[in-house]
Amino acid sequence: MLEANIYITLKKTVSDPQGLAIKHALHSIHYDEVDKIRVGKIITLKLNIKSKDKAKERIGKMCSKLLANPIVEDYRVKIKGA
Amino acid sequence: MRFGIVVFPGSNCDQDCFYAVKDILNKEVKYLWHKEKYISDCDCIVLPGGFSYGDYLRAGAIAKFSPIMDSIRKFAQKGGVVIGICNGFQILLESGLLPGAMLRNDNMHFICKYVYTRIEDNDTIFTNLCKKKQVLKMPIAHNEGNYYIDNKGYEKLVANKQIVFRYCSKEGFTDDKCNPNGTLDNIAGIINKQGNVLGMMPHPERSVEPLLGSTDGLFIFNSIIKWARKKI
Amino acid sequence: MIKPKVYHTLGLNDREYSNIIDVLGREPSITELAMFSVEWSEHCGYTCSRKWLKILPKKGKYKSLIGEDAGGIIVGDLAIIFKMESHNHPSQIEPKQGAATGVGGIIRDIFTAGTRPIALLNSLRFGELSKSYNRYLLKGVVDGIQFYGNCLGVPTIGGDIYFDKTYNGNCLVNAMSIGVSKRDMLTKAQAAGIGNAIIYAGASTGRDGIGGCSILASKEFKENEEKRPAVQIGDPFTEKCLIEATLEALATGYIVGIKDMGAAGLTCCTSEMAYAGRSGIELDLTSVPRKDEGMEAWELMMSESQERILLCVKKGKEKKIQDIFLKWDLQAAVIGRVTGDKKLRISDNGKVVAEIEASALTNAPVYDMPHKKPEYLYSLNKLHLKEIPLPKDCNNVLLKLLSTPSICSKQWVYEQYDHMVQTNTVTLPGSDSAVVRLKGTNKAIAATTDCNSRYCYLNPYRGAQIAVAEAARNIVCSGAEPAAVTDCLNFGNPKNPDRFWEFKNCVEGIKDACKFFKLPVVSGNVSFYNESPHEAIYPTPTIGMIGVAKDVKKVCTQAFKKEKDVIIFLGGSDNELGASEYLKEIHNLVKGDAPKLDLRLEKAVQNTTYQAIRKGLVNSAHDCSEGGLTVCLAECCISNKENMIGAVIDNLNFNIRKDSVLFGESQSRIILSCEKKAVKEIRDIARKLHSPFRIIGRTTGEKLIILDGKNEIINLTLEELSREWLNRRF
Repeated sequence: MLEANIYITLKKTVSDPQGLAIKHALHSIHYDEVDKIRVGKIITLKLNIKSKDKAKERIGKMCSKLLANPIVEDYRVKIKGA
Repeated sequence: MRFGIVVFPGSNCDQDCFYAVKDILNKEVKYLWHKEKYISDCDCIVLPGGFSYGDYLRAGAIAKFSPIMDSIRKFAQKGGVVIGICNGFQILLESGLLPGAMLRNDNMHFICKYVYTRIEDNDTIFTNLCKKKQVLKMPIAHNEGNYYIDNKGYEKLVANKQIVFRYCSKEGFTDDKCNPNGTLDNIAGIINKQGNVLGMMPHPERSVEPLLGSTDGLFIFNSIIKWARKKI
Repeated sequence: MIKPKVYHTLGLNDREYSNIIDVLGREPSITELAMFSVEWSEHCGYTCSRKWLKILPKKGKYKSLIGEDAGGIIVGDLAIIFKMESHNHPSQIEPKQGAATGVGGIIRDIFTAGTRPIALLNSLRFGELSKSYNRYLLKGVVDGIQFYGNCLGVPTIGGDIYFDKTYNGNCLVNAMSIGVSKRDMLTKAQAAGIGNAIIYAGASTGRDGIGGCSILASKEFKENEEKRPAVQIGDPFTEKCLIEATLEALATGYIVGIKDMGAAGLTCCTSEMAYAGRSGIELDLTSVPRKDEGMEAWELMMSESQERILLCVKKGKEKKIQDIFLKWDLQAAVIGRVTGDKKLRISDNGKVVAEIEASALTNAPVYDMPHKKPEYLYSLNKLHLKEIPLPKDCNNVLLKLLSTPSICSKQWVYEQYDHMVQTNTVTLPGSDSAVVRLKGTNKAIAATTDCNSRYCYLNPYRGAQIAVAEAARNIVCSGAEPAAVTDCLNFGNPKNPDRFWEFKNCVEGIKDACKFFKLPVVSGNVSFYNESPHEAIYPTPTIGMIGVAKDVKKVCTQAFKKEKDVIIFLGGSDNELGASEYLKEIHNLVKGDAPKLDLRLEKAVQNTTYQAIRKGLVNSAHDCSEGGLTVCLAECCISNKENMIGAVIDNLNFNIRKDSVLFGESQSRIILSCEKKAVKEIRDIARKLHSPFRIIGRTTGEKLIILDGKNEIINLTLEELSREWLNRRF
C-alpha cells in the first residue's frame, strides 16, 4: 500500500476571498502579523500499487481529469514509502 | 419540439424545469436519467440547477463523468441546443463544453435573491425574443457563481460575442454594486463559440409565472421554442 | 452483574433499572441495557412530559393525523404533514453540523411519512451578540441550515431568530418541515405481516452520536466539556438521494411501513415499528452496513449515524425495492424479518444479544414531576409604570428598537437559504408568514413559528397562549386560515420544580388557546435540560403553525403598497409595558407581567382581517408584536426596499401613556392598509365581528410621521428607518 498526499491550491492568478476573510478574522483576534493567506485542500489516497513512479503517473492523471480543476487550480503530489 | 431534462443524483431543480416546460409552456418534455445514453429525440437538453453529487470536490466536477455527458457532448457538437442553469452551467464548465470555471461567491455565502440581468447579445438561440440591453428579473441561488477565465480566454469571449447576460441594476447599468458574487465583468451567462450551448446562473424556470414574482424567464424558453420552430 | 455506575452513566436511575429486571425477569445484557437507556430517556420516552402532553387538543377544522412521527391534516385529497424538532445541545457544541443534522432529522420524519418535503422553517435563539461565541454559533447554525437545506432542494421559507442573554451557554435550534402528498400515499411507521422483510437503507452505521440521546439531551452542560464525539456529521447529498429513492419505492405499493433512524437509531426504529404493527422483529446485526471497524452490538443499536431509514417490505418484493435504492447509489440490506411474537430479538454473529418485548421498550415510565411557582416571580411581576420615565426623544427610541438584533431585518440570514426552489414560494421571507402554493390546486399553505420567551418567563401560561395567538395572527395576515399546530417545547431541568411549573403552565396555555381557536396539536417535540452552568433558559414553547389559504391569488403581505391608502388599526392599546422589548432595551428592565390577552378580542381582530383579505379589500396586513405599534408601522413602510412608502399617523388614541401607545406590546392588534373605497366595507366587517376599528392615518411621502394632536412625536425618513433596520449587526 502506498500513501499519497495531493495538495491542491488555487492558481496564483486567481483571487482567494476565503483566504482574505480568514485573514481579517485573524486580525480581529489580534494576530496582526498575518500578511497573506491562501486556502487549499489536501486529498489523501491509499493505493494498491507497488511502484512509486506508476503511482505518480496515475495520480497525475487523476488530478488533471478530476481531482483538480486545471483552469483555476494547481496540484502537487507527495508519495510516502511503500 | 421536445425538451429533455437531465437528472443527476442531487439535481433539485429538475422538477421545476419540467413543470415550467410542461405546465406553463405546454411543450413536450421528458426526464433523462444521468445514466441514459439515448437523447436524440430531444431538441433541447436542459441541465438543471441543484447540487449534483452534493457539489462534492467542486460543483459539477463529478457529474461531468456521468454516462449521459458523452451523449450531450456529441449532441452539442452536431449543433443540438443545450442550456445549463446554475449547477447545469457549472457542469458545462467542468466538462469543457463552455470555457472558464466557477469560483465561490466572494462574500463566501450562498445567495438567494432576485437580481437584474441585461441582455448583451439578443442574436442567439436563447435570447432572440429579447431586445438588446433588455433587463430581465430572475432569481439567483448559488454558492459558486463567481465566473473566472484568464485574460486570453476573456478576450476571446468578448471577440466572439459569447457573453450573453450581465448582472445589472434595475435600470440596466452594470457596475460593482449590482455584482452579487464577484463574478468577472458581471458575467451571469455565456454561450459557446458555436452558439448552441448556454450556461446561465440565474434561474429562468423560477420566473415563469406572475404569482412567483416575475415572468422574464419566459423570454429564454420562448426564444428557444421560436428558434426550434424556425428550424423545422 | 451490572454495576450501578454503569447504568447511572447511561442515565437510568435505580428504580428504572429495577423495572428493567422486572420486565425481563432477569438482568439485562449490555445491549439490552443500552436499548432501555435510550428508549427510556426523556428525549425518546418523554418520561417527564408525557403526562402533560396528553392534554393538548387533537381536533380541529380539518381531519387530524396524529400518532405517527410527524402529524398533519387532510385538506381535500391532500395530506399536509408537518413537525418541529429541536437540536439544541449538538448545535451549542458544533453549530454547523448540529443545525445541519437537525434539518436532516426533521426532513426524514416528513418523507418517511410518504410525503415530499416542500418547506423548511427554523426557530433560533442565541445569547447576546456581544459575546463572540454567540456570534460563532449564529454563523455556524445559519451555515448548517443552508448547507443541508439548500442541497436537499427544500426551500427554507421562514422562521424567527431572537437574541437574549438567557440563551448564553444554551442556544436553541428548532427545525420545522412541511410535506405534502395525496392522502392515499401516507405511510405508517410500522412493521407488520409475519415474514415480511426489514430492510435498512441509506448510509452506513458508525459510532456517530453514540448515546447522544441519553448522554447529551438528558444532562446540563458543564463548562468546557468536550462532547465532540457525540455530534453527528450530516450528508445532505445522501439524504436527497434517500428522499427520491424512498418516494419511488413507496409508489410501488410493496412497502408496509417505514421509519427514519433518528434519536436512538436502530433501537428506536425497531421497537416502535414492531409495537405499532403489533408484531415482533428478528434482527441480524451482521447484515448491518458499517463504516467503523469492530463495532459491538450495543454500539450498532445505539448509533445515531445520519441518513438511514428502515423499511418493512412485503415478502418476495425485497429485490424490487433494493434495486430502486441501488439506482440511487444507496445501499439497501435485508437485516431482519417480522415475527408474530411481539418481541425484539437481536442477533450478532449468530448469538442472541437482546430479546425484549417491544412494548417494554416503547412504554417508558411516566413521571409526575413536582412543580412550584418560582418565588422570584411574585416581585418580578410587579411593575409600577410611574417609576418608568417617559422617553424624551421617541425618534431615537424607535431607531434603537429597529436596530436591536431581535427586531431588525433578518435578510442577511434568509438570503443564505434557497427559499425559492420547488417554485412554490408565493410569499417570500420578510413578511408575517411565508406562503407556499399547492401545485395542482388553487390553494396554498401559510406557515410561521412564534414564541416570545420573555412573556413566558414572566407568565408561562399567558406567554404560551400568546405564542399560539401570535402565530395565528401571522397566518391570518398572510391571507390564510389557521389550521393546525406543532410545537417544540424548550425548557430547563424538569427535576427542578420551578422549571417544571413553567413547563406545566405553558402546556396548559397552549392547550387552552388551541382549544379556543379550534387548532389541533398534531405533532411536537420536548427538549428539557436547556441550561448553561449558570441558569436555565426562559421557557420557550415554540409554536409552529400552518394555515390554509383557499385562494392562492388572494394572499397578503405586510408592506404598504400604494400612496394615499388608508391605514386602519384593528384592536386597542392598554396601558402596559411589562415584558416589552422597549422596557428591556431602553430602560434595561425585564419586569412586569406578560401583556393581557383577551382571546375573544383576538379572534374578532383576526376574523376581520381574514374576511377583509379574502374579499380582496386589503393591500397590506401586519400584526403588532415586539417593539409595538411604531415598529409595526415602520416595517410596513420599509419592508419592501424597492417600494418604500411613508405614512402620516395622526389619529392615534393617546388616552394612555405615550410610550404604551407607541412601544407597548398589547396583543390582538393588526394594521391594515386599503384603498379609500374599501374602508366602508372593512368597517362593516369589523362591526359585524365585534372588532375595534379606527382609521389612524394614510400612506404618503418619504417619512414616517406620528402625531399626538399637533405634536410630531415621530418624524423619521424612510432612509433613516431602513438604515437601522437593514444594517446587519451580526
